[in-house]
Amino acid sequence: MTEGVDPVGLDFNALAYSGRALGSARQAQNVHRWGWWYQAEWRLLGMKAYWTSILGSAVLTPLLYVLAMGIGLGALVDSSSGGVEGVPYLTFVAPGLLVATVVMSSVNELTFPVMGGFKWQKLYFARAATAATPSQVAVGELLAVGVRMVAEAALFWVVLVALGAVDPRWSWLMIGIAALAGMAFGAPLASYSATLEDEGFEFSMIQRFVVMPMFLFAGTFYPLATMPLYLQWIGWISPMWHGTQLARAVAFGLPLTNGEVAMHLGFLVILLAVGIALTVRNFTRRLNR
Amino acid sequence: MSVIEATQLTKVYSDLRAVDAVSFRVATGESFGLLGPNGAGKSTTMRMIGGTSLRTSGTLLVNGLDPETHGPEVRASLGVVPQTDNLDTELNARDNLIMYGRYFGLPYSYLRPKAEELLQFAQLSEKATEKVDNLSGGMKRRLTIARALVNEPSVLLLDEPTTGLDPQARHILWDRLFRLKEQGVTLIVTTHFMDEAEQLCDRLLVMDHGQIVAEGSPAALIQQYSTREVLELRFGSDRNVALVERLRGYADSIEALPDRLLLYTADGEAVLARVRADGLDPVTSLVRRASLEDVFLRLTGRSLID
Repeated sequence: MTEGVDPVGLDFNALAYSGRALGSARQAQNVHRWGWWYQAEWRLLGMKAYWTSILGSAVLTPLLYVLAMGIGLGALVDSSSGGVEGVPYLTFVAPGLLVATVVMSSVNELTFPVMGGFKWQKLYFARAATAATPSQVAVGELLAVGVRMVAEAALFWVVLVALGAVDPRWSWLMIGIAALAGMAFGAPLASYSATLEDEGFEFSMIQRFVVMPMFLFAGTFYPLATMPLYLQWIGWISPMWHGTQLARAVAFGLPLTNGEVAMHLGFLVILLAVGIALTVRNFTRRLNR
Repeated sequence: MSVIEATQLTKVYSDLRAVDAVSFRVATGESFGLLGPNGAGKSTTMRMIGGTSLRTSGTLLVNGLDPETHGPEVRASLGVVPQTDNLDTELNARDNLIMYGRYFGLPYSYLRPKAEELLQFAQLSEKATEKVDNLSGGMKRRLTIARALVNEPSVLLLDEPTTGLDPQARHILWDRLFRLKEQGVTLIVTTHFMDEAEQLCDRLLVMDHGQIVAEGSPAALIQQYSTREVLELRFGSDRNVALVERLRGYADSIEALPDRLLLYTADGEAVLARVRADGLDPVTSLVRRASLEDVFLRLTGRSLID
């Protein structure tokens, strides 16, 4: 047996310094540039494990909603009032359902998985020991979820078009709008998840007292203006309503002034930017203790 | 050349000085150990080396770079084995190695064959497609160590590498680590097992309450702080302490533990014979070589594993 060679035939010299690996300076250089992508790549790979549920929520949800709202509730609304905002009820509600579904899937992706990365599997700590930085890990996580949202919104939109619920001409813009709204809600949520130390019962509170009221009161099913003023604020502060208004504008031409468009877009972009900054800060704090 | 140069390294948490003005150097190719009980500050020191715990004060250079300002550069030259395995349980053994390697900016064309070599090193080739959840504790530990080697680091940081493993698994791991050391990899090991420190380390820092209490090779520490042999006597828990004064003259020093007395002496058998001749009849007796456990006991008055 030669020195340094294992009985199983493995050359230990090659294991430690094969000369095939990039030098550490080159490794660091690559990671400076692409570290955020490595995290996104890993997170997207992990989604393979539950791609059926992603596909289900993107395809089955619109199918069920269109059947229930369009054919069921829609028939009733249209026959009694002739539609909403000058369009059939299905046309009115479809953009809202798309945005709401995407926003709500951000809750699944950015609550327990983020807390678990610190607390249960501790995978973020494994990442922090690599050449990547905590801020790259944070950005990669958000990016991967953003990619999922675009994919989910695109599938949802295809189903809506196939069912004749939206006119495809401009409505494809809803894909980007829904993903933006989803991340505008998801990024601040991720920053909060990154601070939790216990078992995450806070998340069921968020589900009950933030997500559900937002779904019901943010103008998804009816124009916000039909609500009394003391309830309208729920819509004003929720990314879901701002996204839905923009989605309706591109889907069936809901009349919005330039100022309104800027306000809706600005609200979502600012929320997203603040969310990203806080997520980066909280990941860095927790991984650098 | 020094791989690590720590000067007055200090980490203070709100109510605790976890690492208190610790200075040390580690030379290239050395196998260096941090020995101490739980809470001695070993893991915190390790995390500061990797730049994942920010120091309160002091200076630290790893391969000539400050890990706080050059984290990616420093960590690209390190392999980190954390105290608890944080493998990706959703992935199989092979993908754990490949995906981890991605975080060092390494291409798939390098990582795929490398993963096979590392699986072989960890004796897990047959388990390549097995999910991590289905691996035993020893297998997971070996996989974690293999993972730390994916970027061909020049320094391997091992935090309690064999805690929780059975004796056979520990010996396999020690063998693997020893081979890496032979190939020039610098090993930095924390442990609260004296046998592990003796097996793996050329040089040791003995730490307690965040401070260095002694430094040297295992043999030198034993020579400096202990006698050559130790006589262990058990008289039953109620009599042990009562007999300390009576036995005082028999040995260089005596430590009383709850279950036994340790008599430090150059010749254990001779002392045992005198104790017997004196009419004291211990329930059990044992003569052994002094170990690092004795060094720690002498230095701190406490045993390593409480």
